[in-house]
Amino acid sequence: MSTLEVKVWRGGADGAYRGYRVPRYDAQTVLDVVTHIQRRLDPTLAYRFACRVGMCGSCAMTVNGKPRWTCRTHVAKVVRGDRLEIGPLANLPVVRDLVTDMSGFFDKWARAKGQFRPTSTRGDGFARVEPGSAARRAADAAIECIGCAVCYAACDVVAWNPGYLGPAALNRAWTLVNDARDGGRRERLAAVAGDAGCHACHTHETCSERCPKQLAPTASIAGLKRETALAALRGEL
Amino acid sequence: MSARAETRLWIAQRASAAVLAICVAVHLATMTIAVHGGLSAADILGRTRGSAAWGAFYGLFVLAVSIHAPLGLRTIASEWLGWRGPGADAACAMIALALLALGLLAVAAVTL
Repeated sequence: MSTLEVKVWRGGADGAYRGYRVPRYDAQTVLDVVTHIQRRLDPTLAYRFACRVGMCGSCAMTVNGKPRWTCRTHVAKVVRGDRLEIGPLANLPVVRDLVTDMSGFFDKWARAKGQFRPTSTRGDGFARVEPGSAARRAADAAIECIGCAVCYAACDVVAWNPGYLGPAALNRAWTLVNDARDGGRRERLAAVAGDAGCHACHTHETCSERCPKQLAPTASIAGLKRETALAALRGEL
Repeated sequence: MSARAETRLWIAQRASAAVLAICVAVHLATMTIAVHGGLSAADILGRTRGSAAWGAFYGLFVLAVSIHAPLGLRTIASEWLGWRGPGADAACAMIALALLALGLLAVAAVTL
């Protein structure tokens, strides 16, 4: 049986990589590797996971320099020779080892008005949304975000401008801007405009490149730029 | 700066970029044709002096540069130097005015 030479980040922001030797298996995921280290080699290793099937968005880490969801990333896809380097996500404070503090990431969802604002009550009938309408298709294209923060960790603008809301929060805002049932459009457009919002995006498309769900936050952000510009020209911003 | 003001600056930068795309292409083509055609400085000035069309074209070019370049520098100052706020905005406004003044002086020199 061959072995993997795995370096794993240990400690907080001023920590360092520590080496481990992990047995190599067929169809082994990066999360399997981390779990093997914690269960068999070093029980003090801190990391997050929950569903293991790419739904919960909790296991994202930096693998050989790139942010990835580790439960659905096969070692064979990312290993360099027999080496893996696994660290915490970038652009987020490190709590310990592979665990980051994601509160700032989700606070930005709230700042981007990422909450649905209902316009009807339980006494009203179901809203009728035409499945083929442009707004519904735009919302559909962006709705499957699992909040893993891979896009946020990959984004250069987040690194340069700490106030920047980031691709995930803006992508969420875009789904609501296209939701015919939502009543918070005006406030949301104001919240996502400007230096910390959609206009800070440089369209590098790293978020779209790295999104494990193959979403395109860049396209969502472009949509927000268009809608905020039109709102500003109409005097609605 | 308010979201409305930031959005308007973004629109101004995109609109000025669209103008520059045309102006730069026309300018480069004009320079290439003038040089390959063997025109002297005096020949060129003979064509531009008193020309409202060239004055309007290069005046628009200067205006677009004066809008676009300072806004780009403002972003660079923010992202690379961490310099944001009223001080950075004032510096960029000064650069805009300087580019506009110098550019319009140059346009006046070759068209009036």
